[in-house]
Amino acid sequence: MRAAFTRLLRGQGEILGLLVFFAVVLVFFGLTTPRFLAAGTFQSIAFQLPELGLLTLAMLLPILSGGLNLAITFTANIAGLAMAWVIQLGGGPEAGLMMVLLGTAAALAVGALAGGVMGVVVAFVGAHPILVSLAMMIFLRGLGEFLTRGGDISGFPPFIATIGHGTVFGIPLPLLILLVAALLWQVLLGRSRFGFSTYMAGSNLEATRYSGIDTRRVLVLVYVLSGVMSAVAGILMLTRFNSVRVGHGEAYLLITVLACFLGGVDPFGGFGRTAAVVLALVILQTIASGLNLMGAHQHLATALWGVFLIAVMVGRWVWQRWSWRAPG
Amino acid sequence: MPEPGMPGAGRRWLPRSTEGWLTLVILVFGGVLGLATDTFLTFANLFDLLNISAFNAIMAVGLLVVLVAGGIDISFAVAASVVQYLTAVTVMQLGGGNWAIGLVLASAFGFMLGAINASLIYYFRIISIVVTIATFNIFFGLLMFFTRGRSIYDLPDWLLDRIIVFEFETPGGDFAFLTLPVVVMMAVVVATWLFLNRSSLGRQLYAMGDNAEGARRVGINIAAMHFLAYGWLGVCAGIGGLMQAHYVQEVVPNALYGRELDVLAAVVLGGARLGGGRGTILGALLGVTLVTMTQNGLNLMGVSPYAFQMVVGLVILVAITMSNLEGLEAFIRRFRSGRARAEAGRQG
Repeated sequence: MRAAFTRLLRGQGEILGLLVFFAVVLVFFGLTTPRFLAAGTFQSIAFQLPELGLLTLAMLLPILSGGLNLAITFTANIAGLAMAWVIQLGGGPEAGLMMVLLGTAAALAVGALAGGVMGVVVAFVGAHPILVSLAMMIFLRGLGEFLTRGGDISGFPPFIATIGHGTVFGIPLPLLILLVAALLWQVLLGRSRFGFSTYMAGSNLEATRYSGIDTRRVLVLVYVLSGVMSAVAGILMLTRFNSVRVGHGEAYLLITVLACFLGGVDPFGGFGRTAAVVLALVILQTIASGLNLMGAHQHLATALWGVFLIAVMVGRWVWQRWSWRAPG
Repeated sequence: MPEPGMPGAGRRWLPRSTEGWLTLVILVFGGVLGLATDTFLTFANLFDLLNISAFNAIMAVGLLVVLVAGGIDISFAVAASVVQYLTAVTVMQLGGGNWAIGLVLASAFGFMLGAINASLIYYFRIISIVVTIATFNIFFGLLMFFTRGRSIYDLPDWLLDRIIVFEFETPGGDFAFLTLPVVVMMAVVVATWLFLNRSSLGRQLYAMGDNAEGARRVGINIAAMHFLAYGWLGVCAGIGGLMQAHYVQEVVPNALYGRELDVLAAVVLGGARLGGGRGTILGALLGVTLVTMTQNGLNLMGVSPYAFQMVVGLVILVAITMSNLEGLEAFIRRFRSGRARAEAGRQG
């Protein structure tokens, strides 16, 4: 019985550690911020989490494959723009359901295209993913600014606001979208041939290629899926704010990287689990809401995220050294 | 001479190095701009370009050192802003100061910020992009928090007075002039070139960038190399920041935000390899030239400034693809053979 319990503990150490950390965060904000432990706080967390969550899922795949996608936030913006453009063509506020569905398809296609271009350059040219996605990010940001002249695009039919603000049996719709997406990632990474190949490519690309896996196809697919997931985030942002602005969500980029590393993903690729990353996300969003309630200065919060990222990495380093030395 | 069948065979007239390619592109592009506009190829405009790009060039050679060492840094532009503030406040406390004190202070502050990156990367074995994403946010967040976003206009006179080193009147009646930042840029470039190419430490840096474990086993002090590389970039960022404050005659906390991407793009355009061990000063400078020229040229041709970033991003994407031509050729060959197979299948 005890042996079974330890075995269970060993497999879930990462998750348990995160749960303990989550409890600490809750206690800390509960004690320091009077209005924190209220239904309203968790309601707002449930509505804000999905945007960040979808972007984090978009970041997770490339990191697992040994890369990085710095263009996720602007891919989301451009996908949102594509959707807005289709809806505007279909009559703006009077647009019907067909046009909205068409716009959704356009957004997903744009996301897939942006990801696909990066994937092809990474996989076939062998250029470094950081550089490729950086160039794509600069390009997409420029494209967005060129198209919108830095302004907002709004004027959508009122019913799409239900996606961003509605609830089903009391559960916010955006949260359901995130859950479905996370489940999809979990199955894709844990149960499919593609997921296995992604982990393998992230650990050792050459060895994976020699073992007969078409690593190029895997990498292209990784970035296409990352782009599509960014587009889903972009669509959600459009429905939540009822407008599209290029640069919205830019600050999420750091936090998505942070969530992946807090969730135990190896920065060099090859290791990491969706469930732990989702848990890390919940913790980060709770901290963000807590800081917000405490009335922390916006820029001070930015600095804190940076400190936090370093603290997580240093903590993991200490943990690794300690577990190497520990017997067994 | 390349063997027949090798990539590049039969194209002997084409340049073989990244620097050669860049020079060709810059010459062609410059020629086109010269013909398309009547302002590009004037002394006044070209000298202006030099004055404007001095800051980017100083940063670029500094970043090159880090890239050669196998790291990456995206916090340096924001670090330069921090240095501007610290230096401005410190010299005011000292009662005004002068250029010598200003440069020493800026270098020292810059080195300290670089050393923070180096120690996190070396002692805790954190990947450099993650460390510098974090320090980027820490530097910028704290700077905006403590300054409350306010700019400093009340700078000492020595920093505000424009120093024109060289000036002449062009036949058209304009004045073409070179300012102090250009001279400082040249000094930094020469110093970095000597460091990377003529000093033992510089060669050790290339060795570490190429193969860190190999370098360690040969007896190279990896810790010292980290502090040297990130410290060097910090010093360059500090000096560059001071020059930028001198040039625009004010210190604005978010003035350099986002500049790191332009500089990184330029250096990578110049052939520096992410992952270390490869990259030249000449390439970095040519990269800066091309990026500056693209922006200036688009401006002179009346293209909307909103489109600049888009074109720059596209140029970098194409350049990254071109600089790994073998991979691209393999892709095209595969694509063609796939199509040929498909056609053969259709015929047969």
